[in-house]
Amino acid sequence: MLLQLGVLMMFQFIGEVLVTLTGIPFPGPLCGMALLLGYLYFRGGPSEELTKVGTTLIDNLGLLFVPAGTAIVGYGALLASDGLAIAAALVASTVAAVIVSGVIAASGASPARAGELAP
Amino acid sequence: MIDLEKLSHVQGALLWLPCTILLFAGSSALYRRLNKAPIANPTLLTIAAIAMILVSGGVPYKTYFEGVAVLHYLLGTAVVALALPLYRNARRLQGRGISMASALVAGSLTSIVVGLSVAILGHASASTVLSLAPKSATAAVSMEISRLIGGEPAVTATLTILTGIIGAVAGPYVLDMLSIRAPEARGFALGVVSHGIATARAFTEGEVAGSFASLGMVLNAILTALAVPLVLRLMGYA
Repeated sequence: MLLQLGVLMMFQFIGEVLVTLTGIPFPGPLCGMALLLGYLYFRGGPSEELTKVGTTLIDNLGLLFVPAGTAIVGYGALLASDGLAIAAALVASTVAAVIVSGVIAASGASPARAGELAP
Repeated sequence: MIDLEKLSHVQGALLWLPCTILLFAGSSALYRRLNKAPIANPTLLTIAAIAMILVSGGVPYKTYFEGVAVLHYLLGTAVVALALPLYRNARRLQGRGISMASALVAGSLTSIVVGLSVAILGHASASTVLSLAPKSATAAVSMEISRLIGGEPAVTATLTILTGIIGAVAGPYVLDMLSIRAPEARGFALGVVSHGIATARAFTEGEVAGSFASLGMVLNAILTALAVPLVLRLMGYA
């Protein structure tokens, strides 16, 4: 377990180093994810232990957003001045984009297969 | 009388780490009890509770963040781990390439253009408008785009988080209303529009939805970086 956690962190580190050295404006963790994906294809799949550690982390993904999300406490003034425009823009654009993206993505799945895969 | 001064060193990881983890565990239990109703999103509930505690206790955000920095670090590790479900579900992409690519481009552009238009119509300041443009990309990318186009990265970070929460909460209801049940389509749309926070929600619907959300998030991080400067130029804003 511990070894596999270290492996994931090493991919995170390498991803960060790569984007910093190349100066590409891209997040290090996503680069690390791409590298791990490449490694999985090269190796022909993950070990059971790696899957276990990864699943534990992903199952608690929502918790890991709390530190960054709480930064919102510092933006009371901004949200008060431009608040209405911001709220309208965020809600309208997010809902519209989910509709557009969802409808188009669903058009590719035949209903029979979709039914099979639904949880 | 307890001497609060003596307790000041207890603030930091010792206090905020268990607080955050227990609040999230409680929120998650509530979320499951309510049959994973999107409105009871545990990330949203935990942020709301912590924000109330910080504001009422006069605790600076910086103090809190330093206490829970390890969770923020692990977010990066968890993002790396998203390669695992992506690998397991890659074959499901077969035959869906064109519809997913179209959903990506259309969803990404809708988010940018509608967001900018409504903000401009609502007379938001130029800085707010620019900071809003990249909000559907995951936070690290949206902040970088914001800096490049002359927005305010810290404001963009907050707007990005809000976009994630709105997508995670409203998105599943919208998809239900449209009778979109295929987990591939649900996950992909959530990931494209509302990045990691909605990806976390998608994983609670199932692994297929979560994997497609991860894929949507990654692809839209790249597309948003390319599209935002172009859209701003076309709209005469840059």
